[in-house]
Amino acid sequence: MGRWLPLGLFLALAVLLGVGVVMNAGKTQTDIDSPLIGQPAPDFALPDFADPATTVRKADLLGKPYLVNIWASWCASCRVEHPVITDIANSGRVQVVGYNYKDAPEDAARWLQQFGNPFHRIIVDLEGAAAIDWGIYGAPETFLVDANGIVRWKHVGPVTPEVVETQLWPLLNTLEAER
Amino acid sequence: MNPLRRVLFLLALLLAGSVAALHPKDFQSPEEEARYRALAKELRCVMCQNQSLADSPAGVADDMRRQVLALIREGKSDAEITAFFQTRYGDFILYRPEVKPVTWALWFGPGLLLLVGAGVVVSIVRRQKTDAPAAPPADDRQEW
Repeated sequence: MGRWLPLGLFLALAVLLGVGVVMNAGKTQTDIDSPLIGQPAPDFALPDFADPATTVRKADLLGKPYLVNIWASWCASCRVEHPVITDIANSGRVQVVGYNYKDAPEDAARWLQQFGNPFHRIIVDLEGAAAIDWGIYGAPETFLVDANGIVRWKHVGPVTPEVVETQLWPLLNTLEAER
Repeated sequence: MNPLRRVLFLLALLLAGSVAALHPKDFQSPEEEARYRALAKELRCVMCQNQSLADSPAGVADDMRRQVLALIREGKSDAEITAFFQTRYGDFILYRPEVKPVTWALWFGPGLLLLVGAGVVVSIVRRQKTDAPAAPPADDRQEW
């Protein structure tokens, strides 16, 4: 029996390794699960991009679900997901709020002019201080907040048509059924 | 280029890639700075995930470091400050994971494996001692 012990140990390790590989297949290692899911969205008060003198608060957005899309003109992946975000906004199923993250306002304006503005509303976080409350660590990131102001979903990285099909629409269906 | 120069050149190239993290310089007291530095070591940079906040040059790490200092100045305790980041970024933010049931395997697994390994070694050595024939019989006829 003793002579089989090393082989047994080796196989046990191999199985462990295999399980790890299978469990992590298709996952992005750098994604951090947000502890905000199921929790109230952070209480924010940020200037409106269209009219910086106006402050948009969390309370202003309550009542119907909305998507918060973190973007910036310096963010290359934001261009990639731009058509997808536009499609979501055009579907009329959910409000899309742009969260302009650490961006120069003139650059952001140029970006919107060049690619089109898909957002129903844009809030501005110039310093990135409010972003810490959201657990934001880069752009793009996208949150779904329900009518009661509870965070229901977060996606890190560009939103793809597949993500919309397999995650966002089903979730919106549940939200609509809940009401 | 002679070999020494080449090595020095390569070393210089290596160093060129490393960017220093920006730390605030306006500490109000050495205690404040010590607390700030200790906390920055305990928290992970969420962007470049193999670095602590203390080492990371990423922009978001900069914002988080500022937040750490701001919280210190608000009179928050170290535990409150780590909790602040934990509720926003999750357990991942802790550069040193907490000891709790889900992390037991992480904390105690290696020690356990070491013990198992030691056990295996000991048993093999013991068996070899008993299995091995006693010292070879003295053979005076052997010619050297």
